[in-house]
Amino acid sequence: MRHRLALFLIATLVVAPVLAQHEAELDKANNDVADTASLQRGARYYVNYCLGCHSAQYVRYNQLGEGLQLSEDQLLGNLMFTSELPFDTMSIALDPEDAARWFGTAPPDLSLIARSRGTDYVYTFLRRFYVDDSSPTGVDNTVLEDTAMPHVLWELQGIQEAVYEADPEHEGEERMVLELTTPGLLSEEEYNEVVRDIVNFLDYIGEPMQLERRSLGIRVIAFLLVLLLISYMLKKEIWKDVE
Amino acid sequence: MAATEADVSNRLGRRLNALGDWIDARFPMTKLLREHATEYYASKNFNVWYGFGVVASVVLVMQLVTGIFLAMNYKPAAAEAFASVEYIMRDVEWGWLIRYLHSTGSSAFFIVVYLHMFRGLMYGSYKKPRELVWLIGMLIYFCLMAEAFFGYLLPWGNMSYWGAQVIVNLFGTIPWVGEGISEWIRGDFYISDITLNRFFAFHVAAVPLVLLFLVVIHIMALHEVGSLNPDGIEIKEHKGPDGKPLDGVPFHPYHTSKDLVIILVFLIAFSGAVFFAPEMGGYFLEHANFDPANTLATPEHIAPVWYFTPFYAILRAVDNKVLGAALMAASVMLPCFLPWLDRCRVKSVRYRSWIYKTALTLFVISFLALGYVGMQEATALYKTLAQIFAGIYFAFFVLMPYYSSMERTKPVPSRVTR
Amino acid sequence: MAESSGFTRRHFLTAATAVTAGAGAAATAVPFVVSFKPSARAQALGAPVERDVSRLEPGGMIKVEWRGKAVFIVRRTEEMLRRLGDMVDQLADPRSERVEQQPEYAANDHRSIRPEFLVVEGVCTHLGCAPTARFELGPADLGSDWPGGFFCPCHGSKFDLAGRVFDRAPAPYNLKVPPHRYVNDTTILIGVDTGSA
Repeated sequence: MRHRLALFLIATLVVAPVLAQHEAELDKANNDVADTASLQRGARYYVNYCLGCHSAQYVRYNQLGEGLQLSEDQLLGNLMFTSELPFDTMSIALDPEDAARWFGTAPPDLSLIARSRGTDYVYTFLRRFYVDDSSPTGVDNTVLEDTAMPHVLWELQGIQEAVYEADPEHEGEERMVLELTTPGLLSEEEYNEVVRDIVNFLDYIGEPMQLERRSLGIRVIAFLLVLLLISYMLKKEIWKDVE
Repeated sequence: MAATEADVSNRLGRRLNALGDWIDARFPMTKLLREHATEYYASKNFNVWYGFGVVASVVLVMQLVTGIFLAMNYKPAAAEAFASVEYIMRDVEWGWLIRYLHSTGSSAFFIVVYLHMFRGLMYGSYKKPRELVWLIGMLIYFCLMAEAFFGYLLPWGNMSYWGAQVIVNLFGTIPWVGEGISEWIRGDFYISDITLNRFFAFHVAAVPLVLLFLVVIHIMALHEVGSLNPDGIEIKEHKGPDGKPLDGVPFHPYHTSKDLVIILVFLIAFSGAVFFAPEMGGYFLEHANFDPANTLATPEHIAPVWYFTPFYAILRAVDNKVLGAALMAASVMLPCFLPWLDRCRVKSVRYRSWIYKTALTLFVISFLALGYVGMQEATALYKTLAQIFAGIYFAFFVLMPYYSSMERTKPVPSRVTR
Repeated sequence: MAESSGFTRRHFLTAATAVTAGAGAAATAVPFVVSFKPSARAQALGAPVERDVSRLEPGGMIKVEWRGKAVFIVRRTEEMLRRLGDMVDQLADPRSERVEQQPEYAANDHRSIRPEFLVVEGVCTHLGCAPTARFELGPADLGSDWPGGFFCPCHGSKFDLAGRVFDRAPAPYNLKVPPHRYVNDTTILIGVDTGSA
């Protein structure tokens, strides 16, 4: 009976997360936090395109430089353009109240966006802007309807428009797809790479120590296995005369 | 005469003995060690289920230590709490590890405690003469739930805030005095900085002290009557000529060495979580809690942390708020009555009838199913499921006096088996 | 039970377990002990502080906060520098030989890199009060031969215009000169040694 119980418990734990998924389709970001070059590019994109409105208030420049293996000169030259010093955090001058007045809502700090929304969400979001003349920014986004964010990367991606076509999964109904009507500076693949780099950077700053965490974990578990072996042998020795 | 190694260690041994004697004349050190370790006889056929108590105490110590170190850097003020957690994660050396140990530890605590309680259900550990051990254990469980509830507000994430909002509002369902009680708990008209500060005091000082006291008396009560075993028989009934139970072995070194192995297996699994999946897919560290508390925006999907979801499902199973809260409270407290609900003379499930085995299996299924349902959105389907499984959950207890007295049990051996 | 005459397997395994577990426990303690070190924020807040002194008038003083301490920057006049030699026989440690109270680039008669600017921590070396600046000559309470300097109100310690402590003061040492360097002729960076990377 106990074995059946154990099997049931394990089955439940395996099945439950699968059953829990039900949200809208998001594209997979497939970023790799171990790819330092990608992180460096992502950092540069972030500083150039995002930092004007979105702070990353829990990230210190000097810690970022260390984690991305940048020298102080590279850090200062590529990522720091204001009066900040390396030990300062990536805060911004935009006052949240002003922002709320101008944009309708304050652009959120992005230090932890990858942990709260997920990398797939951000990856999909940055690629799903389309023209919407009724919006104050001229665009909307299929991932976040009525977003107050303009399409900051439009020059790279180009301009997408909403097109309605017959829905193959639901007879007689239409669905909305996005079509690139004005190409940007980058091809679709190149643009996806840029977004992936940005998402990779956000993944990294969400939890900068994730790589160290995993490598330490391997060593800890290896040690515990050795200790387990020795203590098991000790237990057997102590118990050997008990039947 | 040259001092030999034997001389040196003999002299050291004699010095240590002298120190021991000095202490023993002033404090019952050797007496305690004998009564509770080297001459505390416990059954030789303990299986893995008997390890979870020790593991729980290891987790308790770990939570206390990591908690203290977190409290050195955490700021219990609404304006600073969330940032202070990120400060610990990023700016404090090794802060991230201390944080993950604590957050994973809290979920691990419940897993271990639920398994520990399940052992009690299987082997009749709550039956006479161990009713008090069981009741103190239930008090520990209630304290643990309170500790987790208070602790969860501290990061001041969006789920922290809204989860606390919902649970404190539960007290508001109590007729007449409910609103007043809610306000009294909060110290304010809404979950605020004031609430946060007092929950911090509860979490760091008040509840841990109560927990420690309860754990000590839990073990004292157990040692007074002696541990049970998977066969559910009292080993003290068969003593050898030396007065020691024939089926028992001294806790030290037998069970200490065995428990060390069990603890290490636990630590390996625990390390797997801490180092490779501290969020555990959003079950240990919820995604919404990486957003700071926002009084104007509720998370899409409020659910309590996984270890509370079975009871949350029961709360939501009925439309009437007062009835729901009452049923939820009842579901948590019903296990206290097990020693008196269970009329079967036989203690261990090994020798009980198919009736009890079925009942217990159904209970486990209902508890897990309720847990799952409690995590979902409150749709009609899940409400119906919650009602069904809540029915089974309650039936396990409420019908127990009947079905347990109907059992045709197998013969119980007089001496322990494998 | 007699003491073992031999080294049994059980002894060996007990020792092996104890040693390994002990090593594990020590390794586990390390992160906790290390977490006490000043955090990245503490290091940021304790970072060097830069100050422009171009508009400091001669004979004047400004206070700069560095690592929670007040640092005095005094722009000494020619007069003040001349007077540094007058009271040498009343100083307890005129050549700054007691204890490391200044970096080597300030181990001179004027206890600074450039004679014009004195940079000292405003912390009395007795029990830590903040000395007050008394640059006026011969005031009533300090005596007619007072050449200007610092006076600590707590227990009456006196320091000259190079921060050197007077003889009969309770304070034992000269005022401490913090590590500092000149970024340019008119900007002082407190917290970093001259000549360090």
